[in-house]
Amino acid sequence: MNFMKATTAGIAFCAAGAVSAADLEVTHWWTSGGEAAAVAEFAKALDATGHTWIDGAIAGSGGTARPIIISRIIGGDPMHATQLNHGRQAEELIEAGLLLDITDVAEAQGWKDIINPSSLLDSCTVDGKIYCAPVNIHSWQWIWLSHKAYEDAGVPVPSNWDEYVASAAALEAAGKIPLAMGQQAWQSSGAFGVINVAVGGVELWNKINVEKDAEAAGGAEMAKVFEAAAAARAMAANSNVQDWNQATNLVITGQAGAQIMGDWAQGEFQVAGQVAGEDYTCLPGLGVNEVISTGGDAFYFPKQGDADIEAAQKELAALLVSPEVQVNFNLKKGSLPVRGDIDLSSANDCMKKGLEILAAGNILLSGDQVLSADTSGQIEDLMVEFWNDPSYSAADAQAKYAEIIGDAD
Amino acid sequence: MAVTDSGGTESARTPAKKPNRLFKNLTAKLASVPMILTAIVVFIGCTGWTIYHSFTKSRLLPAPDKWVGLDQYERLWSTRRWLVSIENLAIYGICSLVLSLVIGFTLAALLDRKIRGESVFRTIFLYPFALSFIVTGLVWQWVLNPDFGIQSVVQRWGWESFTFDPLNNADIVIYGILIAGIWQGSGFIMVIMLAGLRGIDEDIWKATRVEGIPVWKTYIVVIIPMMRPVFVTALVLIAAGIIKVYDLVVAQTSGGPGISSEVPAKYVIEKMFQSQNLGQGFAASTMMLVSVLVVLIPWAYLEFGGKRRD
Repeated sequence: MNFMKATTAGIAFCAAGAVSAADLEVTHWWTSGGEAAAVAEFAKALDATGHTWIDGAIAGSGGTARPIIISRIIGGDPMHATQLNHGRQAEELIEAGLLLDITDVAEAQGWKDIINPSSLLDSCTVDGKIYCAPVNIHSWQWIWLSHKAYEDAGVPVPSNWDEYVASAAALEAAGKIPLAMGQQAWQSSGAFGVINVAVGGVELWNKINVEKDAEAAGGAEMAKVFEAAAAARAMAANSNVQDWNQATNLVITGQAGAQIMGDWAQGEFQVAGQVAGEDYTCLPGLGVNEVISTGGDAFYFPKQGDADIEAAQKELAALLVSPEVQVNFNLKKGSLPVRGDIDLSSANDCMKKGLEILAAGNILLSGDQVLSADTSGQIEDLMVEFWNDPSYSAADAQAKYAEIIGDAD
Repeated sequence: MAVTDSGGTESARTPAKKPNRLFKNLTAKLASVPMILTAIVVFIGCTGWTIYHSFTKSRLLPAPDKWVGLDQYERLWSTRRWLVSIENLAIYGICSLVLSLVIGFTLAALLDRKIRGESVFRTIFLYPFALSFIVTGLVWQWVLNPDFGIQSVVQRWGWESFTFDPLNNADIVIYGILIAGIWQGSGFIMVIMLAGLRGIDEDIWKATRVEGIPVWKTYIVVIIPMMRPVFVTALVLIAAGIIKVYDLVVAQTSGGPGISSEVPAKYVIEKMFQSQNLGQGFAASTMMLVSVLVVLIPWAYLEFGGKRRD
């Protein structure tokens, strides 16, 4: 027993050999080209320690995968590690005692000092204990512009949202879809959030999403946001794809002018061999308010009740945050690393923009961190209807939105 | 279960000594104990548990102590998505009930005319039933896709202005799903109907032929009333399929465009697992149960209440 304890404590430092090799089943929903390449980096790193990474990729977006993951944990068939968006999604699982406390790993590795921004670690912390290992920062606040589409339309590539809106007519005249947009609910809701921050500003966003101020949500400032979203809806009217990566593909091939999508879209451009600044342009905060939200992915480790496996889980937790793995993974994924002390000189244009904003501290919390899954779900229902039904007026949608924020907990 | 051991046997027996009803058919009763227990514990017990929790503020995990009364129901009935779901279920339900029965019976009647190659046709018609709803949904998503499916084929034949794009039109998307549902299910109904038709005594046909009654009239006036139990079976199967329609929608449109092809079962699943709001999901599923009971109770009353009277 003492031997086990000793190995558990020192696990982060002495990798393979000290513990028996374990097969770790890891579930995640990284299945698009760029994502799969990134997750392979994790698998490679874990396999190198003598343990085996058993890939449990779940196709579909987080919306499909999360219920499967959570019901497996609740149903008594937990995987060894799983991706979730950190924040409030796992709140109740932690309270029910279903997830492994990895505070000792975090302390041994000094996560408190290296993880930047510290809100990422806060989102993993419940009652002073740490339950997840953050692996990347994903921000929603990006618009991706296709140089080819703008060349064909004969107008310069815009540098902010207003210029972009003005260029929409020219794009349409050239037979392009001004705004590519997948029809899944989370995409509608996400794009709305981005417009919210860009048009309404950070302060308004915080008031509504953090303080849950229903009055602000129904106010005149927010009305402008809804008007802008209605305009964007008209620009996306001809985009009839479902998945986000299909929409990104419209931008890559120059059939669409732009897409509002998080920085994970970057991975797709990379897989397609496109170069930032030459083939496509990215504008953080839609070129208006240069802020990024710092949500992202984290790995949680469901309790197994087996000391050997627990040791291997903790080893994996340490590995995910280690510098080398962070660099390899995030370069492939197009996301930002969770630690500020590593060299990302090989990062491309867009990632560098993101890193600068991060270093300057222009950050907001992500929707996953401030809103419960229930409230996010209600907003998604509203947004997917709003984006797809041109007869749904901005004012009606705003009234409904204010109601949801008023009921939020 | 309870219906089977009453009636016939008792009236045939001479009432010499009054037997204890409890011990009559003891082996049969013992054998049905596991099923009775399953029904009580699993079906009724879990239904009660669900209904109870629909009055609580359960989120990701059940919370029996957080009582909120009718809050979940108030929220449910003020949610547009739920109202759209109910409307879709009504349209899908009525159309699929009527069309499945009509198409299923017509196909069965045609096959029953002793045509050549009957087994080939039967196989072809039944084949879609071998596919899951997921595959059916995906196949019809492609068939109805304006760039690859029916629309483009007809346009290539020269009818340039032809448009048939139900899946991207919020007003008619539910009919796009209906087409797929009918395609998948009517073959199965046909087989049931065919079995029923084969059960009709040959002499009946001979008799009607002697009387000179036209074939179509024989079907409507004689055969269909005789096939009543078969129709009831088909009806139950179709109705069960309607109320649980979920995977077809997920595969074909995932509720889109917008929320225009949402169905109640999808609302339940998503609220329970995606939005982590069990209370809301339970409230919705309780409403689904209520809607089934609203249909079932009057029907059962007519069916079984009527028999007792005569």
